[in-house]
Amino acid sequence: MTKKVAIAGVGYSGFRSVSPDVSYREMIFEAAVKAYMDAGVEPKDIDSFITATEDFIEGYSIADEYTPDQLGAVLKSVHTVTGDFIHALNVGCMMILTNAFNVVAIESHCKASNLVTPTEIVSFGLDPVLNRPLNETPYFVAGLDMNRYMYETGTTKEHCAKVVVKNKANALLNPYAAYGAKIEVSDVLDSQQVSYPLNKLDISPHADGAVVVVLASDEVVNSLTNKPVWIKGMGWCNDAPSLETREWGDAVYARLSAEMAYKMAKISCPRKEIDFVEINDEFSYKELQHLEALKLCQKGEAKDLINTGCTSINGCLPVNPSGGSLGVGHLFEASGAQKVLELVLQIRGTAGERQIKNANTGLALAWRGIPSTSGAVVILGKE
Amino acid sequence: MGKTGLRKVAIVGAGITKFMRRSLETGKELSYEASRMALDSCGLRLKDIDCVTLGTAPDAFDGVHMKGEYLSDGAGAWRKPYVRNYVGGGTGVFAPIHGWFHIASGMFDTCLVVCEEKMSSCHPHPQGAFLTIFDHTTEQPLYPTLIWIFALEMNRYMQTYGLTKKDIALVSVKNKHNALDHPAAQIAQEITVEDVLNSETLAWPVNRLDISPASDGAAAIILASEDVAKRLTDKPVWIDGVGFNLDTAYWATKDLYYPRYVEKAARMAYDMAGIKEPHKEINIAEPYDPFDYKELHHMEGLMLCPRGKAAEFTASGATQRTGSMPICPSGGALGVGNPIAATGLMKIMEIFWQLRGEAGKRQVPGDPRVGLAQAWGDLMQVGTVVVMRR
Repeated sequence: MTKKVAIAGVGYSGFRSVSPDVSYREMIFEAAVKAYMDAGVEPKDIDSFITATEDFIEGYSIADEYTPDQLGAVLKSVHTVTGDFIHALNVGCMMILTNAFNVVAIESHCKASNLVTPTEIVSFGLDPVLNRPLNETPYFVAGLDMNRYMYETGTTKEHCAKVVVKNKANALLNPYAAYGAKIEVSDVLDSQQVSYPLNKLDISPHADGAVVVVLASDEVVNSLTNKPVWIKGMGWCNDAPSLETREWGDAVYARLSAEMAYKMAKISCPRKEIDFVEINDEFSYKELQHLEALKLCQKGEAKDLINTGCTSINGCLPVNPSGGSLGVGHLFEASGAQKVLELVLQIRGTAGERQIKNANTGLALAWRGIPSTSGAVVILGKE
Repeated sequence: MGKTGLRKVAIVGAGITKFMRRSLETGKELSYEASRMALDSCGLRLKDIDCVTLGTAPDAFDGVHMKGEYLSDGAGAWRKPYVRNYVGGGTGVFAPIHGWFHIASGMFDTCLVVCEEKMSSCHPHPQGAFLTIFDHTTEQPLYPTLIWIFALEMNRYMQTYGLTKKDIALVSVKNKHNALDHPAAQIAQEITVEDVLNSETLAWPVNRLDISPASDGAAAIILASEDVAKRLTDKPVWIDGVGFNLDTAYWATKDLYYPRYVEKAARMAYDMAGIKEPHKEINIAEPYDPFDYKELHHMEGLMLCPRGKAAEFTASGATQRTGSMPICPSGGALGVGNPIAATGLMKIMEIFWQLRGEAGKRQVPGDPRVGLAQAWGDLMQVGTVVVMRR
């Protein structure tokens, strides 16, 4: 593929545990203005816009009605991807690769503090005939998966708790993180049990925020910015949606998404060629499971990486330096957006106290949460 | 926008389920049936498909959060790259545009595009899913319904051009008649203008027979890159131009007599397809017709006839299958039924079959070469257009 796509600008608003002073539209407006200024564009320069959102989270039926105004996208070509932000980002890249578009803006946001019954909404993702009538907390899906993963790899609850400790500590260095804290492994193990073996602190708490990213083709990006961050590879994939037929304990969607992205980026040895990653950690064990699925270590080896401190900010493979969803807050469809934002800040060298040395190539992975088996990967680089 | 070097994308196969009020199949099963028929129609198997894109309108119909994930295995997306796209009622014609992105970008060679809608699981009536489409502060407290706001739009359109309900009812009569020849049709029937005028008034000036029904159904098409398409079929139908446009969410701030977003979407597609005079170059069109006045409204937005003249054009018989520009030869949403996203894709399929000369009893005379399908949705807000050429 001869044509290349780069991220020309990023902007964000948040992330906060509550935001009673602003509407989600105001948050999007703030993120959009920042992103457009960062990219040196005005709305009239943008050919197309994509929003990643889900109706039930928004509280609107047909939520894409309310996407254009605050983005400056009225009477422009706008559409919605009901997937993670990284799905939308990958679609935006494809749009530029068609040669029909040069500049595309991608938006995602989360106003979780407006949700009165977030757990029930997650339950509505379960099969309405086979699973929902069981009337269990939807977290049982994560509990089952975590249990199987621990059984297959010899990982313990302590290993998972260490992920929480690391990510919340990273978040203390991150001014945009909502849930930074200095905690101990015992705090996680002693927190309330939600669905065995998952405890309350193993689950990332929700936050409010919005992210806008401006993509541009290689033909125009150099006239916009002198700090482009290039899209090196992208991939996305689904596994079995039904609980009855999936491979428990294994993140097949992440493996297949990564294989597609590595192939596009011509990466044969991910551990050597990728400097740091921002991967889904909605539940503590997911960070470990995803590291293995991304082939950044062998199956069962992730627990050793967390034990030896390899995945901390100063380690040999920094994982979630932003604090991840456990430290920044879980943002539903915008979770991937926060991860891409962190990659861009790190690769530009503007991540402040949590800056990683030699952050040249980074990978972000999104997973769409319970009960999905839907993942998306993007690999960003300096060149 | 640059137009040079666009990779050619063809439609090579299509499949559809029967549209009906209450199907016994789940949404997954409907998606499977349509996908299976599309694959069979061009001799492909699921393993030949590189990626899947799905279009379906609000989750509230099925009452399933992340409906795209729920439908994914029925739509053939197991262990494949899969994205759900969404522009409200315009989704059905947007889904093939999304598929076009996948192939025109060079990322994939074959793409299965599936659209599904199961409105009947919403009780007591799928209109309930529309109660929360309005702004929570300025509109929801007024308890508006969709039919009321479209009554406003229809009234405004009638007043602007001095049209009567009789002028508009001709569309319903034509489309329900056309649908008699469509094997998937839900409410095909032979009716008269008087039947439409005498049917129950829902919100003046909208009567029951001015409206398409609530339906369950699914449709699927297969897209392929140029070299793959030429291996698969002698009669590929090329996607020549795509356009989509979204207007403000604050619909009360605009004049409803003319859909400017449809015009913008059409201009984008015509520009890509190199069409300068649409009323001469387009042979056949399937504009979205959930209400009979919308067909007229959209013909004007698509610049297929001058503003305010669509009713006159219809009365002259030009939009009949045997007319100079057949409009909705399938029977449209008014006749075949309106499972929202699947309706848009049904319109794409109708043009596909018509351009290939495979539309059977519905085939229009004159060997059409260029066709267009269009859908519309959200709060009178979005236009999606695909131009196809044999």
